[in-house]
Amino acid sequence: MKALSQKRRHPLAAIALLLMGLLITGGLYAVATSMNEAKASTTTASASDVEEGGKLFAANCATCHGMGASGSKDGPSLVGVGAAAVDFQVGTGRMPMQMNGPQAMKKPVQFNEQQTSQLAAYVASLGAGPAIPADELTNGGGDAAAGGELFRTNCAMCHNAAAAGGALTRGKFAPALADVTGKHIYEAMVTGPQNMPVFNDANITPEGKKDIITFLKQIESTGSPGGADLGSLGPVAEGLFVWVAGLGVIIAFTIWLTSRTS
Amino acid sequence: MSAASTAEPAFVAKTKTGRITDFVDSRVGGSGILREFGRKVFPDHWSFMFGEVALYSFVILLLSGTFLTFFFDPSMAETHYDGSYVPLKGVEMSVAYSSSLNISFDVRGGLFMRQVHHWAALLFVASVAVHMLRVFFTGAFRRPREMNWVVGCVLLILAMAAGFTGYSLPDDLLSGNGLRIIDGVIKSIPVIGTYISFFLFGGEFPGTAIISRLYMLHILLVPALILLMIVMHLFMVVVHKHTQYPGPGRNDNNVVGYPLGPVYAAKAGGFFFIVFGVIALMAAFFTINPIWNYGPYDPSPVSAGTQPDWYIGFVDGALRLMPGTLGNWHVEQIFFGHVFTFNVLLPALVPAGILFTVMFTYPWIERWVTKDDREHHVLDRPRNAPTRTAIGMAGFVWYCVMWAAAGSDLIATHFGVSLNDVTYWLRALFFVGPIIAFIVTKRVALALQRKDREIALHGRETGRIVRLPHGEFIEVHAPLDEYKRYKLVGFESPQVQPAVPNEHGVVTRKEKRRALLSRWFFEDRVAPATPAELEAAHGHGHEAVEAAEGTKSLTH
Repeated sequence: MKALSQKRRHPLAAIALLLMGLLITGGLYAVATSMNEAKASTTTASASDVEEGGKLFAANCATCHGMGASGSKDGPSLVGVGAAAVDFQVGTGRMPMQMNGPQAMKKPVQFNEQQTSQLAAYVASLGAGPAIPADELTNGGGDAAAGGELFRTNCAMCHNAAAAGGALTRGKFAPALADVTGKHIYEAMVTGPQNMPVFNDANITPEGKKDIITFLKQIESTGSPGGADLGSLGPVAEGLFVWVAGLGVIIAFTIWLTSRTS
Repeated sequence: MSAASTAEPAFVAKTKTGRITDFVDSRVGGSGILREFGRKVFPDHWSFMFGEVALYSFVILLLSGTFLTFFFDPSMAETHYDGSYVPLKGVEMSVAYSSSLNISFDVRGGLFMRQVHHWAALLFVASVAVHMLRVFFTGAFRRPREMNWVVGCVLLILAMAAGFTGYSLPDDLLSGNGLRIIDGVIKSIPVIGTYISFFLFGGEFPGTAIISRLYMLHILLVPALILLMIVMHLFMVVVHKHTQYPGPGRNDNNVVGYPLGPVYAAKAGGFFFIVFGVIALMAAFFTINPIWNYGPYDPSPVSAGTQPDWYIGFVDGALRLMPGTLGNWHVEQIFFGHVFTFNVLLPALVPAGILFTVMFTYPWIERWVTKDDREHHVLDRPRNAPTRTAIGMAGFVWYCVMWAAAGSDLIATHFGVSLNDVTYWLRALFFVGPIIAFIVTKRVALALQRKDREIALHGRETGRIVRLPHGEFIEVHAPLDEYKRYKLVGFESPQVQPAVPNEHGVVTRKEKRRALLSRWFFEDRVAPATPAELEAAHGHGHEAVEAAEGTKSLTH
């Protein structure tokens, strides 16, 4: 303490004090805003975004979802579904829906990124819901092995252990997950699109979701160590292959070997 | 050789190799064996080679399987994976699964050998199945080969057993789900099911014993039994001699083909390497059973696309087709305080039971119906036994419906149809499919026979229209040469065997039933063209014109 009191009249003391004050206030501000981010949307939606989104919504979505997204007999209310749901459905091309069917199909995206975020901002402004996840949760970098365990326990029964997709009842299906972005995988987990259940943060923590995305990206980039994967569909594809290709080639050889006499 | 037969001193070979050969031969009698077997004649036809494919696949299974045993550890003790496959690093699993992963990723050539073993296993059962279909549809199971047919059926069951015990060994999620289904089927057996399950698994499923038990069955008991059955099978093939397709100069007292040595032995030896090569290529370029995808077995998760290997698929399919309720009636019932899970028991055991019972007993069923107890070494062309072919196709279609049902989810996703509709259609086909197949096959076979008869009598249609001097148009028919005609007319066409009284002069009920079946078998028949009919057909004019065309003059 004595040393400190002796140095308080040092010529640089004022500068050091100023620097300290700036660092503390800046740090506090950074923490406060990032906490804010975790709760709400990363993309700070401006009033103009909401307004633009409202116009896009009225022109493209309101036919089914109703004015003010309050729902109609053709589509559900979107109040409270959150920005994540809009970003997933519009960002993967599932919405606007082409036609009614067992489930909305993935197709070429109709809106650009800015329009998608405006639509998301508009829907998010109608009621609180899951926000678009932060990049650090969706870019991988988690524990692939832990993610694999979570995936097998929670996801593989519909999406297949190798994420190759699977059938559901009455024409519905769980899609294959290769080439789906981490952001969309995360959003699907928190919003439960189509027939998918919602995996909220109490069910699978954000860290767990990050691990699952890491696992999926890992098996996608690893490829198939054993050669062509035949669609990763399991024994049905293998059986079909051995009967058609394996036995087919062998029959061709038997015919060749016995062609002289018969 | 000329005058050497008189008081010849002991034969001494001239070269060193010759002396060694003679030394061995005089002690083991190799030349006698070679003389006997080297002259065995085998007819040449591509459809006769599936048994060989099965045999060669089995040899490849033994070789690759031995390699795998060096590195596989069937323990169910818990461990944490520490190999080089990153997505499973540190995951808790059994030693069996961990060692399977090590074979795949850390043993040099291990993944290739695993894939060779698995592809060879699928090909083994497939070639056994195709071989049996060939034997059935050509009537090769008839006397004297009924016992060998039974040995073959036992081999099919053993092949399936070998496959299933092997499928379960890696202790990954897929194989564990398969075992869980087996456990469920066993537990559905009334009263004793639970006891058998506890006995098999050494306690509550999955326990810690099942992998090592299955391993012993897989590497010791089942292959030994298969080997024994193969020896019996081949021994009987040698004793009975090979069957042959009908053709000029072929009858029940001869075999027309190549002798085993040297041509046939060279072909067969070369064929082994072809089969090996095909399997090796499949193993090198196409992954099979990627156990690293499935993760360690844990009783809670079940992955989509969980199926058994193809040969168990029909049982899985039957389970998938079975409804839990019929109308309002629950198939699962409680009697006397015991649960009777008929919705598992019926589909798991009944279709397989029917298929195998008919398969084992068919030679005797047909023998009883036809009263045909003669030896047959010349095969039937499938069309010339329409009812047998139709029965075979009915069974085949029934099997295929159940087989398809095992892949119902993939049919739904890949053809963009509703899984429920796939199930409803397959349920209908389960009952209707065999009947349709029977009727269609029988009609097609009879139609083909009529076509054969037509061609034998009137020759082949050439498509050439000729105008006769008096203005009539006819199509020229080219007559067959007699070798081709023999194939079309040289077959037996059994007739209905009416009921006859026994030695007491009584027509028994059993005999009446037999007569009824005989009528069902042979009522619709197309007789082969007789020599008289062929002679008569010559007067028809078509051939006369053809002959005239040949000699460039109208002589009649």
